[in-house]
Amino acid sequence: MSDFDPEGATDVAPGEDEAEGVLTYVVGLGLAVVLTIVSFFIAGNSLVWGPSIPVALTVLAVAQMGVHLVFFLHITTGPDNVNNVMALAFGVLIVLLIMAGSLWIMAHMNHNMMPMEQMMQMQR
Amino acid sequence: MSGAAATADPHRLGRSSGLRHAASENAGGGLRAKRIITGYGFWIFLLSDIIMFSAFFATYAVLVGNTAGGPSGKDLFDLRNVAIETALLLFSSFTCGIGSIGAETRRGSWFYGAMSVTFLFGAGFIALEIHEFAGLVAQGAGPTRSAFLSAFFTLVGCHGLHVTAGLLWLLTMMAQVYAKGYRADILRRILCFSLFWHALDIIWVALFTVVYLMGAGQ
Repeated sequence: MSDFDPEGATDVAPGEDEAEGVLTYVVGLGLAVVLTIVSFFIAGNSLVWGPSIPVALTVLAVAQMGVHLVFFLHITTGPDNVNNVMALAFGVLIVLLIMAGSLWIMAHMNHNMMPMEQMMQMQR
Repeated sequence: MSGAAATADPHRLGRSSGLRHAASENAGGGLRAKRIITGYGFWIFLLSDIIMFSAFFATYAVLVGNTAGGPSGKDLFDLRNVAIETALLLFSSFTCGIGSIGAETRRGSWFYGAMSVTFLFGAGFIALEIHEFAGLVAQGAGPTRSAFLSAFFTLVGCHGLHVTAGLLWLLTMMAQVYAKGYRADILRRILCFSLFWHALDIIWVALFTVVYLMGAGQ
């Protein structure tokens, strides 16, 4: 405890004081609230052209995840964050592969599969 | 560089070049390097957890149309309930950040106050989710009804289980701070908890967008 360095223990980047730390969370909360409200708003009415709503919702969700990563999880471009950013990039790659790959493969299988009625007739 | 890194990291925990660089950047003491390494390790766990969730998301996205003649998301989802859940989780994420600052600056009122609010909001979220699930099961739309509902209950329930585990962890951390004080190892555990809690909120963002908003708008 005696050699404990309180500056190194802060959740925020070294050199920042706690007021700045609180401000970071307040800014992050404000941005997240705005993005959430916009998401629920455009999903609930016909102001936005219908087919574009899923795209708009996806963009808003990705933006909000970015806000959370930067303002809440403190993923920055600083030198002590290089490993975190590299791990995040790898994680995003795997997530995209699983999501896009599953949807792509399953859509093709669905497309190429015999209709269910014919399959039932063959099994009789 | 090597001399500074060796004193900052005597056990060579940061073997990779990036971590060695990070350790040399913060040559102020081994504890700071240890904190960075702990956060990094827990971040790896969180990413693996997110990858597990991505498999559930992919399952849900594949099965969302297979309602077996039963109700679809449009018939079932109550967006007002989801908006309240979202607000509870988002504000609990905010108060968790304030509480972790309170722990770093050793202000008991900030830490206990903000973390208690975090717990209450998280518990409110879980209560609303249980209420929603019970309502679905009561109207015959339980997980056994269709492939869509199986995937829905798996995905949303898995997130709910994570939040429940986080609530237990939060109580444990408050008890540890109360019993042992703001020790360096306890502060590292609080760092891990706040990372966990913020990551759950990120998953919830994907969840309310993909499941509820897109499902209700179909």
